[in-house]
Amino acid sequence: MTGQMEFVQNFPCFSIMLCMFAGIISSALKGKTAKWVNMAVLCMNIFMSAATLAFVAAKGEFYVYVMGQFPAPWGNELRVGVLEAGMALFFCIIMLLSLMGGRHKLLQEVEEGKHGLYYILTDLMLSSLLALIYTNDLFTAYVFVEINTISACGLIMIRQNGRTIEAAVRYMIMSLLGSGLFLIGLCMLYDITGHLLMSNIEAKVREIYLAGAGGSYHIPLLVTIAVISVGLAIKSALFPFHAWLPDAYGYSTVSSAAILSSLVSKGYIFLLFKIIYRVIGFEVFHDSKIIDALFIFGLMGMIFGSLSAIKENDVRRMIAFSSIAQIGYIYMGIGMGTEAGMVASVFHVLSHAATKSLLFIAAIGLTDVSGGSRKLTELTGSGYRNKMAGAAFVAGSLSMVGVPLFSGFISKLLFAQAAVQNDVKMLPALIVLGISTILNAIYFMKTVIRIYTPVGKTEYFSVTCKENKVYALALVCFIVLNVFLGVLSQPVMNLIWTGLNMFA
Amino acid sequence: MSRLKSEEEYEKTAAFHFFRWLSGSKDYYVGNMEMQPQEEYKEEEATIQERMREQQMIRDKVYDTQNNKWLFRFRWFYRIMAAVFCAILGVLLIVTVSFLPPTGGVAKPDNNEVAARYIERGMQETGAVNIVTGMILTYRAFDTFGETNVLFIATCCVMIMLMAEDAELKKRELLNDRRYEPKNDAILQGVATILVPVIFIFGIYIILNGHLSPGGGFSGGATIGAGLILYVSAFGFKKTQRFFHEGIYKAAKVTALCMYGLIGIYYYVTGANGLENHIPLGIPGHIVSAGIIFPINICVGIEVACTMYAFYALFRRGGL
Repeated sequence: MTGQMEFVQNFPCFSIMLCMFAGIISSALKGKTAKWVNMAVLCMNIFMSAATLAFVAAKGEFYVYVMGQFPAPWGNELRVGVLEAGMALFFCIIMLLSLMGGRHKLLQEVEEGKHGLYYILTDLMLSSLLALIYTNDLFTAYVFVEINTISACGLIMIRQNGRTIEAAVRYMIMSLLGSGLFLIGLCMLYDITGHLLMSNIEAKVREIYLAGAGGSYHIPLLVTIAVISVGLAIKSALFPFHAWLPDAYGYSTVSSAAILSSLVSKGYIFLLFKIIYRVIGFEVFHDSKIIDALFIFGLMGMIFGSLSAIKENDVRRMIAFSSIAQIGYIYMGIGMGTEAGMVASVFHVLSHAATKSLLFIAAIGLTDVSGGSRKLTELTGSGYRNKMAGAAFVAGSLSMVGVPLFSGFISKLLFAQAAVQNDVKMLPALIVLGISTILNAIYFMKTVIRIYTPVGKTEYFSVTCKENKVYALALVCFIVLNVFLGVLSQPVMNLIWTGLNMFA
Repeated sequence: MSRLKSEEEYEKTAAFHFFRWLSGSKDYYVGNMEMQPQEEYKEEEATIQERMREQQMIRDKVYDTQNNKWLFRFRWFYRIMAAVFCAILGVLLIVTVSFLPPTGGVAKPDNNEVAARYIERGMQETGAVNIVTGMILTYRAFDTFGETNVLFIATCCVMIMLMAEDAELKKRELLNDRRYEPKNDAILQGVATILVPVIFIFGIYIILNGHLSPGGGFSGGATIGAGLILYVSAFGFKKTQRFFHEGIYKAAKVTALCMYGLIGIYYYVTGANGLENHIPLGIPGHIVSAGIIFPINICVGIEVACTMYAFYALFRRGGL
């Protein structure tokens, strides 16, 4: 049993429960009130996560929070370290900004009576993300993966037209396949270790691993690692399993697209990080062949995602395809199997989340001033008609391509550094990194040039940022966040290093 | 054969009515029950044409397999690969299972201190005679709270899909409520009158005895929900709404979940901070005992019953 705890240490539990309460209460409230409840909860969560981060960073070590009267192997517990608290803070900020940036579209695209439901979904989505981040118990993680999956389906289909419903069905099938594989892996892991608590599983897995290939549970362990990795890879849209992604991100309402691309898939990736470090153990995972498969699929995703994006004529779907390439980067980093690769991946999770939500929200401003058309040809000159959205799109594109001062540059640099340290995987990683950067530049710069190509007279109207202040504010915050990650990357990197050390 | 009663008197007895019904000379339901056959579902001509046009459009624009040979080949490739992938996955999992420890073996890894404490000290620590309930609602209370919220969020998603928001649509759905079912089915109503109270009482029994006997909030709530669905099918929404309408549904659901959440957060915070838990465990075996399990079971039961009923009502007519 832990001794006397400080009040700050309750904050992770409070923030999860607060989101749940907000969701529950919102079901009895009108849409407008639910919106304010949601805003208030997000702001409180940002504050609480920041306080937790400050506390853990000052203390220099993780702490365990027992959820109930019974300590860990019997009860549930949360485990709070620097990386967890930082990730929670970051997710809350991105969610707040995404909702702010997409609010005017939500009002247009979603039926009047269903706005309340949208905020219920986002509240519960956030609670599940926070629980995934903080939990130290594999089964709790599964329960919240379920909440996450269902609310993600709701977020896609709340804008009701044929494409979104089709996308939601596709997402549900693929995502449930992922959940199913994860659950099978979880069951087998429980069968061979007899535990659900992450730290206890890791100790047992180490025993099995040390027993070597002749040990009785060697093959189940290998299959378990594969099944869990593939399950989470499907849910986070790694290359061959990405078929659900373009429609789901391309046609849902813009806040949903931003939340799905930058938070939902990242939540699963973070869970994978946790499983690698805390459940399977870094060495065991490294010695399995699965890591090479992740590396290869990551590389393929980087190229094929970008190629699909080049071919795409719909700006929202183009950004969605670019996500596949970026998820590929993250898996490539995991697949390198080095500490540096992991750090690069974690940094890219942050960088991609900040950039992709910015791009989605900037793109909606551009399509709005092009008569709602998403075709690239119609977007010509839209950067002049909505200056704020144009500038934000440029910033996002530069970051994705990897221009210095923006966050994308740092993550590419980290990936390259990590690749250099790895003998075998250096060459393929560097070559593909180069090709992918060029491909990124082709489709993003093509779009940027197009939106700044002057056209003479158009029938489309222009908007200024005074007309939609919340939208402009969200974009400015996103740009600042991107530049912050790009310029002040060192403190963030230090936090990631300490966090990963606390992880293990 | 001599009769003790005269013909006139005999016609008043129950036996006379019964034998007449048995021989088929009079059916008592004729006239009392709507006997017209169910209307067959007819699609309007315009809908059919529109659907065909859409299918044609999809065929022409998206899956033009007639002219696009590559797409055609890819589809076959895709199907074959999908089958191969499934087969490989199936074989892989079956082979893996053969390496797993046999069920019930003493040396099985999950026969460890965790299970031992649940079994040996479960009753003493949670006050619940039913170990499973004790385990899911006290030892692993957080998981179960998440699981209850899964139901909640599932209802929200069904609402997004099926809730009729449009006023005109709502009215139409209301009028057409029993389009494909006979009204006032005397048999169904008769059976429901007898069964529904029993089902409700049994559901309540399962919930309240959750910590004493097999059962608990989830199964009891499902039972009550089934009772509600039976009642609605027999008597229609108008009569159900006298005691269970949208307002009550919302109030019950929000109250139950909030109560659960508050109990949960009290339990987590006192546990984590090492504070004293003021909820007494009571005497094991008594109905009001087992600390937080008893109220939580009631909350879960209400939530599950509401969810079951809401699913049925939403699928049937897009509203509660």
